Amino acid sequence: MASFTAKKAFSISAVSRTTPTSLHTFTEDENMLRQSVSDFAQNVLKPLVPEMEEKEQMPKQLIKDLFEYGLMGIETDIELGGSEQSFTAALIAIEELAKVEPGVSAMVDIHNTLCNTIFKKYASKSLCDKYLPQFATKALTSFCLSEAGAGSDAFALQTRAEDKGDHYLLNGTKMWISNSAEADVFIVFANVDPSKGYRGISCFVVEREWGVQIAKKEKKLGLRSSSTCVVNFDDIKVPKENVLGEIGKGYKYAIEMLNEGRIGIAAQMCGLAQGAYNMALPYIFERKQFGKHIGEFQGMQHQYAQIATEIEAARLLTYNAARMKEEGRVFVQEAAMAKLFASQVAEKAASKAIEWMGGIGFTREAGVEKFYRDAKIGAIYEGTSNIQLQTIAKLQAEKYK
Amino acid sequence: MFALSRVPLLFSARALTTNVGRRPFSSATNSNGLNSLSTFTEDEQIMRESVATFAKEVIKPLVPEMEETEQMPKELLQQLFEMGLMGIETSAELGGSEMSFTSALIAIEELAKVDPSVSALVDIHNTLSGTCLQRYGNEDLHKRYLSKMATGSIASFCLSEAGAGSDAFSLQTKAEDKGDHYLLNGSKMWISNSGEADFFIVFANADPSKGYKGISCFMVEKEWGVQIAKKEKKLGLRASSTCVLNFDDVRVPKENVIGEIGQGYKYSIDILNEGRIGIAAQMLGVAQGAFDLAVPYLFERKQFGKHIGTFQGMQYQYAQIAAEIETARLVTYNAARMREEGRNIMHEAAIAKLIACQVAERSASKAIEWMGGIGFTREAGVEKFYRDAKIGSIYEGTSNMMLQTIAKNISNNISR
Repeated sequence: MASFTAKKAFSISAVSRTTPTSLHTFTEDENMLRQSVSDFAQNVLKPLVPEMEEKEQMPKQLIKDLFEYGLMGIETDIELGGSEQSFTAALIAIEELAKVEPGVSAMVDIHNTLCNTIFKKYASKSLCDKYLPQFATKALTSFCLSEAGAGSDAFALQTRAEDKGDHYLLNGTKMWISNSAEADVFIVFANVDPSKGYRGISCFVVEREWGVQIAKKEKKLGLRSSSTCVVNFDDIKVPKENVLGEIGKGYKYAIEMLNEGRIGIAAQMCGLAQGAYNMALPYIFERKQFGKHIGEFQGMQHQYAQIATEIEAARLLTYNAARMKEEGRVFVQEAAMAKLFASQVAEKAASKAIEWMGGIGFTREAGVEKFYRDAKIGAIYEGTSNIQLQTIAKLQAEKYK
Repeated sequence: MFALSRVPLLFSARALTTNVGRRPFSSATNSNGLNSLSTFTEDEQIMRESVATFAKEVIKPLVPEMEETEQMPKELLQQLFEMGLMGIETSAELGGSEMSFTSALIAIEELAKVDPSVSALVDIHNTLSGTCLQRYGNEDLHKRYLSKMATGSIASFCLSEAGAGSDAFSLQTKAEDKGDHYLLNGSKMWISNSGEADFFIVFANADPSKGYKGISCFMVEKEWGVQIAKKEKKLGLRASSTCVLNFDDVRVPKENVIGEIGQGYKYSIDILNEGRIGIAAQMLGVAQGAFDLAVPYLFERKQFGKHIGTFQGMQYQYAQIAAEIETARLVTYNAARMREEGRNIMHEAAIAKLIACQVAERSASKAIEWMGGIGFTREAGVEKFYRDAKIGSIYEGTSNMMLQTIAKNISNNISR
């Protein structure tokens, strides 16, 4: 098992720089990352999956391993302890993990593309210097935006941060917070001035030991290894230095982060789709009925060809959005399309994979039904599919008015 | 406790409906005596009301535990018998309810709206095991078993094996003619209700040299040595026991041959062809049950200052699903009425199962999305339908087999 060592230099070697590349071309670093995460997923992660499912737990050692493998600070600068890789590299790690366990993939995705990124983009140098190395090597983070009454309407959030001079006093309750049971640091959106509506929303870096209470852990259909909890803040003192970015700009930061973060979810969903497909296809060339392998029946052939096509399309949407982001382009629509489509394909692929495996596909032992359950979250978190449709519609309409 | 025969006739069909947005049923025909599929007999209406009430008041509170423990409570089984739901078409003199096939479907549908595992149990016991014995068993078998099956004993339908799924007739279980009995040896797989059954209708080959024409049908009692082996841990239908069965030199008296030796393959085709309407009814219940949970929520939950059910995008989505559920309903009940008219329904039954299980999955999938984060929790109860829906495209004939059957029928009937 190779531990991934970070390299700064991108070496595209034989690929000509004058002709634009296809989305099947990756840097050497990106290819190496894919190989090493894939190996990790097969050798370290896969054996743990049945127990993680039944117990609905994320093993502590596994979290440590992910840090050691350099998967928790993928885009973070080397001098801050990260791997200083591309955004695409992060997606590759997310995708490869999801082929085996989408819950672990979600944890790595959220930690990298929401939490690390918000620091990188908006946090002061001193906050970055203090926290980013921790986030790259040992401290797990949680992104705390949603509340019971603030889902799609995130800015209706009620958590309050009162200015007390040398600190803010945090009070409120967050809901649906991923990885919260294991997190050390919480990035919390709270309103410092409700009279300003959403323009009072601000972002705070809160350490668990300051009194963050993890309440009810949800029992879920899928993503079972990922803890999803209610988080209570009861008179938590947050030092002024721990305001992330500017007061009153939190809503902007949240929108920005979620716009990018959805490409991460798209990558997770691509991995999930592929993972389910990868389980079922070999089976249809083992299983015989009516004297031949069931994969040879034409009806079957057309079905798996269709799914393979859709997975490829989802992957292209995802990686294209990633490259657009790296090019510095506006990618809001493409990110929304990638998440929308990839989550739909994930559900379809997993659903069909169960059918192709027949009765066996319906058993938990076979392992494919897990992907069907995990897929469903893709249409809900980090912006529901209806919200993605809304986003796309708005941008489309602007073009045509 | 509800006993079907004692339900007063004042039970108004208009009273209770758990269906969101559905018109109550009534008996009506046009001037030619022809009716729509919204018309049911009084007995059928009473069946729907009483099973809906039973499902809501007795079964619903048990569901969370049934899910987590993957068990069917014995008391619940007893109540199903007491309700008269385990011999729906069986004659009254044998202890059954002597009602129509459509009545059986109604019971299956209403149960599935609350727990598809209970629905599956009632469906298989009635439309596979009950029908098999009724149609192909002689009077002696009827007397000895049908009444017990109507009043206290569950019968499992044992056809599939590890190597015989869609290709059911490649089954390997053997029945050796030993003069005054048959000796049964082999293993069955994927057998529903086997954990609770007293009786097993077993398909085994009495003469492998004849290929599938040796397949015969036997009525086997558990105490003769049927071993229930591995119980599967499943994605859905969790309270329904799905087990491997072993037959190791089990002696089956000659009197327990159902119908004729070597005709078993015909019987199983025939029964499964119709049995699939039962699965269609179950899937219809799954679709409606998920829908009924989610749509009221859309009018409680507010975001952006209004109920999420009032956003037009949402409106179009639930209208689409409602339309598809109605389609599934019509293909299912039409197939049922055709069967009651004595027609051949192989084609229509396959269509009903194919459509209904697809609609069930779509409806449950959407229902989770409409309920957002809450829909993804087990507590809310809607995700269960999404898991349960998946079996519909697999058991009693996969969706690919349904497509095959439909295609064959179409190509056989093309006029050239």
